[in-house]
Amino acid sequence: MFLDPANFRHPAFRTGMADAFKVAPGIWAWGLMTGVSMVQAGLGPAMSTWMTLLVYGGSAQLAVTPLMAVGTPVWVLLATAFCVNLRFAVFSLHLRGYMMAWPRWQRLTIGYLIADLNYVQFVQNHPQPATDAAGQRAEMAYLCGNCFLTWAGWQVASILGIVLASQVPLEWGLGFAGVLALVGILCSLASSRMRTVSLVVSGAAAVAAYALPLRLNILVAIAAAVAMCLLIEKTTELNKAGS
Amino acid sequence: MIDAFQLLTLLGLAAMTLLTRCFFFFLNRELPFPAWAQRGLQYAPIAALAAVVVPEVLVNQGHLISTWQDARLLGAAAGVAYYAYRQGQGQAVLGTIVVGMAVYLPLHIGLGW
Repeated sequence: MFLDPANFRHPAFRTGMADAFKVAPGIWAWGLMTGVSMVQAGLGPAMSTWMTLLVYGGSAQLAVTPLMAVGTPVWVLLATAFCVNLRFAVFSLHLRGYMMAWPRWQRLTIGYLIADLNYVQFVQNHPQPATDAAGQRAEMAYLCGNCFLTWAGWQVASILGIVLASQVPLEWGLGFAGVLALVGILCSLASSRMRTVSLVVSGAAAVAAYALPLRLNILVAIAAAVAMCLLIEKTTELNKAGS
Repeated sequence: MIDAFQLLTLLGLAAMTLLTRCFFFFLNRELPFPAWAQRGLQYAPIAALAAVVVPEVLVNQGHLISTWQDARLLGAAAGVAYYAYRQGQGQAVLGTIVVGMAVYLPLHIGLGW
């Protein structure tokens, strides 16, 4: 994986790291505040550290921490984490075309590390899956570099947050830097009219369905946006054919 | 330190991360995949981000915000304005974060917006 020179000596590894670096301050601030939140929710420093090292998913961690502090049954915790993470399943469907060229252990190792921004930056850089071995190696090297920098930065920031939990008040709202990192990437993605439609439909649906539990509004919003864009594509095709 | 039960719980949660992130490439099996679904997926990345970001900026305590005097709204607007001004060139995303926070923090901490 990262220890494989074929990946870390590849130029795409550096490209991946450079892209991750563009959003790094957001990731660090977000990781820091996730660390602080876990301790302030009463999880304890040891448990919080193991949690960030093993679970490695900010939204799932934040969703289950308050439940853990009050002794919720394990199956409820697992179901909560699964539902909050369901958007990743959509990403994995998209990534499948890139991943199936690799043996399973490699798919699972890198797949475990692909968080929201890693997925978005990767498909932005590689819009179509490569069909030759050299192209597939470049994809894997990019993912390794991109995910490695995000992972390392997130873990250091989270553990810093766990250590400094009593010194950094949540009220400062430093975690907003994470939202701004996503805003920046959203701007870079909104490069065509149809993608902007996807943004607007999804954003509106996510707000409208906000009352749904377990952040299922995210899933509803993705489905609504994709369906709307396909529908518009279809009607424009039909119009062209008719005229 | 943590006990065996806590460790098992965390391992279970880690398994949820692994399972969801690798959901559709876990198995080696072929997956029938219609062309329209393949086309639809190109709209998924921006939709997923928008679904996470827009409520973070526009929803407060479960309700759509009803005032423009909101630090997150103005911070995000400043970030978008900077990105548009730089036309996405260079470190525009980094600048979005820095400019957004420079507007957000004083309003949030100073004025309590």
